[in-house]
Amino acid sequence: MVKSDVVQQPYGPEHEPETEWMELNMGPHHPSTHGVLRVRLKLDGEIVRDADADIGYLHTGFEKSFEDKTYTQGITFSDRMDYLAPPINNVGFVSAVEKLIGVEVPPRAQAIRVIMMELARVSSHELWLGTTGLDLGVYSGFFYAWRDRDLALDLNEAYSGVRMMTSFTRVGGVAWDLPEGWLDQLQRFIDVMPGRIDDFESMLTDNPIWRQRTEGVGVISREDAIEAGVTGPVLRASGVDYDVRKAFPYCGYEQYDFEVPVGANGDCYDRYRMRVAEMRQSLRILQQAVDNLPDGPWLSADRKVALPPRAELSKSMEAVIHHFRLVSEGFKGPVGDVYAFVESPRGELGFYLVSDGTNKPYRMKVRPPSFCNLQALKKLVQGVLVADVIAIMGSLDFILGDCDR
Amino acid sequence: MSVNPSDTLVQRLGDRFKTAVQESSDFRGDLSVVLEPAGLVEVARYLKAEEGFDYLLYATAVDWPARDPRFTVVWEVRSLADKTRIRIKTTAAMPDPHVPSLTSVWPAANWHERETWDLFGIRFDGHPDLRRILMPQSWEGFPLRKDYVSFGEPVIFSDQKLEGLEPDAIRG
Repeated sequence: MVKSDVVQQPYGPEHEPETEWMELNMGPHHPSTHGVLRVRLKLDGEIVRDADADIGYLHTGFEKSFEDKTYTQGITFSDRMDYLAPPINNVGFVSAVEKLIGVEVPPRAQAIRVIMMELARVSSHELWLGTTGLDLGVYSGFFYAWRDRDLALDLNEAYSGVRMMTSFTRVGGVAWDLPEGWLDQLQRFIDVMPGRIDDFESMLTDNPIWRQRTEGVGVISREDAIEAGVTGPVLRASGVDYDVRKAFPYCGYEQYDFEVPVGANGDCYDRYRMRVAEMRQSLRILQQAVDNLPDGPWLSADRKVALPPRAELSKSMEAVIHHFRLVSEGFKGPVGDVYAFVESPRGELGFYLVSDGTNKPYRMKVRPPSFCNLQALKKLVQGVLVADVIAIMGSLDFILGDCDR
Repeated sequence: MSVNPSDTLVQRLGDRFKTAVQESSDFRGDLSVVLEPAGLVEVARYLKAEEGFDYLLYATAVDWPARDPRFTVVWEVRSLADKTRIRIKTTAAMPDPHVPSLTSVWPAANWHERETWDLFGIRFDGHPDLRRILMPQSWEGFPLRKDYVSFGEPVIFSDQKLEGLEPDAIRG
């Protein structure tokens, strides 16, 4: 047989012959799932034809638990859901309660909330960079990301006493004022981070392997992104200019000068760029918050919802009564239902609170951004190679604790 | 005096769908409308096509055991362009609570409605894939109903036997 007799077959995944589909079980303990997620992939050779995400392995019934706890007790539940951005969960939860009962939050408390939230955003995106890099073969990045993320966790610890589950908000403000020397520590963080992000970018942004693995992979168009209900950096990477902090400012975000990065291609690479750009914007906000930190109280003076200062307890009978009432029974909300939402590193985190007039939420529905983003996985992975599923799952940045609640 | 755009939205809905819109409320700036289950999909289509509510936020339910109909089913949608929100509510009655699915209008409702079925036992007619999502497929009972006891899971200690414990009675 001479060489010319061999019929040259067209080459490439689109020319592969139809074969029987194989079902591949990915997870629940796959390293790239960052939590416990099982994905049932239907494979045609190396090409993914369908995917069914099986979630719920971390379902802990937070929504049911909220119904058994007073509004103040619920705060400690809220940060256990998205355990990579606890302060943002805390703020989201109390802002729903504050909207229901109509409490004013003093400016200093709002600034402290903004600082804690932006710190959480930086640390969450750092962790995302580290772990997604790890999934795609950038091993050294993981150690740099962990080192930098630790700086933010140190700040959490210095402020609230714990590194992750800060539970620092109270209805009407925050639990504590900033400790002495904390702002200097924060300033060192703000000074050192831009260089660290530059380091990271020099490792990844123009890295040919990183770009090959992420560019043009997992593309979702603007219309599809809106229809699929994705949120946060995933939505913005597809060209939708929507960030809760700009569209519906809360905690005084309208006073800060920052930009919302918006992508164009809607692929994994754009989602990576969104997150890096967001970290830089967060540092901008942090610097402005440090420079313009207002003085004054950090907790509302409304004694019906906020604890009186400790010093008053030995002098005022009324303060003792308020203290006793708030600690034992808590406060009651009016009958009604509200939806309050904040921008978490993963997108719009919403709390739909139904009150029947008692001191506990009658129903607390959480709208978790990870849940909404993970729903789009089925659409994103159809027709890609198995190895790209890892890149796509990484780029969605879901946290299963947030997704399953 | 400027016209509140939400009010005119409610008026437009009321004019167009006279029977379907049962009531509307504006609490703390959140606009809600209560709709007849029968006219739900039609109103939803109108909201998406004509009023620009293109982005579904969530779907869920609230259990009111003393009321009849017992369940309030809630969808909330947003117009990304106009930065407005509207909460759509309807009701479902025991013993077989079911409402029309809005997945044909907003595909993003798929998982949210599955979750509502999973935790409340409300069926969504026309849903393409109504399976449990958070709880195991073999689970019995609907955890977010008010008569489902929190922490009611039977605990078997090493010196006890499974007989005598009736999991169904505990789960409610």
